[in-house]
Amino acid sequence: MTDSDIKSRQSGTQARPSKDQPSLLTLDSELSRVEAVETRAEQLAHEAGFDEDTSSQIAMVTREAVINAILHGNKRDPNKKVRIGFALSNDALSITIADEGLGLDPDSVPDPCAPENILRSSGRGIFLMRAIMDEVHFHQLSPGTEIELIKHRIHKES
Amino acid sequence: MSMTLTARQVGDVTILDLSGKITLGEGGVTLRDEVRKLLAKGAKKIVLNLAGVSYIDSSGLGELVSSYTAVKNAGGELKLMNLTSKVRDLLVITKLLTVFDVKDDEAAAVAAFS
Repeated sequence: MTDSDIKSRQSGTQARPSKDQPSLLTLDSELSRVEAVETRAEQLAHEAGFDEDTSSQIAMVTREAVINAILHGNKRDPNKKVRIGFALSNDALSITIADEGLGLDPDSVPDPCAPENILRSSGRGIFLMRAIMDEVHFHQLSPGTEIELIKHRIHKES
Repeated sequence: MSMTLTARQVGDVTILDLSGKITLGEGGVTLRDEVRKLLAKGAKKIVLNLAGVSYIDSSGLGELVSSYTAVKNAGGELKLMNLTSKVRDLLVITKLLTVFDVKDDEAAAVAAFS
């Protein structure tokens, strides 16, 4: 396992993220690794109690964020990594995706639903993240950008 | 894993049966390329049958839009039929359902061409 170094921030093992125990996945900037992240996000969404359609959508927008990080953030630079964090609490599923790029101004992304943009062939990724997740936050790193995707759980664990 | 695509003819309407995932492609067949090939052969009435599409992402939506504009710019018409709930949901969210002419089945799609 070279480019897929899974480790727990707390224990150093490959423990699955449980309540309040995040896990971190570090990837090379290669699209071939995206599907594994997507699968992991969908599994965690299922564990969080989301239905099949919602879990699929959460996985899809996670995929969008990772692809953006690889293509637009790191620009496929083999020396740059993408770091994905998964955390499941009683209240929410949180997924963070961080690149090492030049930074992103989310407010500069055009509205893909506007009449002048509706027929553009790209530019819907961040819009889908915001539409499907309950919260989307952008954190500027040095260097890079971290996107935090949060979906609130409907039923809390007893 | 990736998309498969088969073209068939119903009268003067070309139907593309799609199955699998319409996502960001890395060297594979792309929908927009296949549509352009059909346009080059003179096809003007094209229906995308999405019944077998299990998954689509923003890149896949972009493929649908590119196909639509390519056909429109060539003086043709492109329609969609048999949307799965996943695809329909994303078309609603992105307001693309207002762009595409969507039909429930093949008979309705074929009959809808002027």
